[in-house]
Amino acid sequence: MLTITRELYDKIVAHARADHPDEACGVLAGPAGGDRPVRFIPMQNAERSPTFYRFDSAEQFRVWQQMDEADEEPVVIYHSHTATEAYPSRTDISYASEPNAHYVLVSTRDEDQTEFRSFRIGDSEVSEEPVTVVE
Amino acid sequence: MAIEVRIPTILRTYTDGAKQVEGTGSTLDELFGDLEQRHGGLRARLVDDKGLRRFVNVYLNDEDVRFLDGLATPVKDGDTVTVLPAVAGGASVAG
Repeated sequence: MLTITRELYDKIVAHARADHPDEACGVLAGPAGGDRPVRFIPMQNAERSPTFYRFDSAEQFRVWQQMDEADEEPVVIYHSHTATEAYPSRTDISYASEPNAHYVLVSTRDEDQTEFRSFRIGDSEVSEEPVTVVE
Repeated sequence: MAIEVRIPTILRTYTDGAKQVEGTGSTLDELFGDLEQRHGGLRARLVDDKGLRRFVNVYLNDEDVRFLDGLATPVKDGDTVTVLPAVAGGASVAG
């Protein structure tokens, strides 16, 4: 299960809406081993694409180094799908590289309703998990 | 002195869980060859027959080696090499 504050949830949705129709992506960092995201880190989509995302490698290096120094880890890795459902694609599954992260998918295909779902992805297997939003 | 190599979570199965390992070599390619002696299987996750794998980022100190000389990038004692899997995906299949 993913437990996330309303504030972080809203920030992810706002980022996804702002970058629509391109895919938005980013990280929520949290204390290592704690499984609770606390810090919102929107990332550039180096691909600037409606169908693909990739973190900018220099930005990723800086962000991962900052997390390391703060004894944090990427608790959530999020990205948006802008024309399809909020479910991991084959591409998402094949590139998933943080076995401990919650993979959050947001779909902005509907103007009024945002889908927000969370998954674990490991060894090419996907399992959806409930999302609990807390104040 | 040696070259310090930082290993991401997903590849620590090859390093008995170690976050950092050490190696030697005068280029990145030699360094990966040296690591392979003690951490069998690691090299194949970093390199394929065309060079560095597309979805693996390797940094010499704080520079992405793709903007240096790739596998031919010179390395020396005291350097730090960091491996990070690229974070990527998306709705469609990548080209």
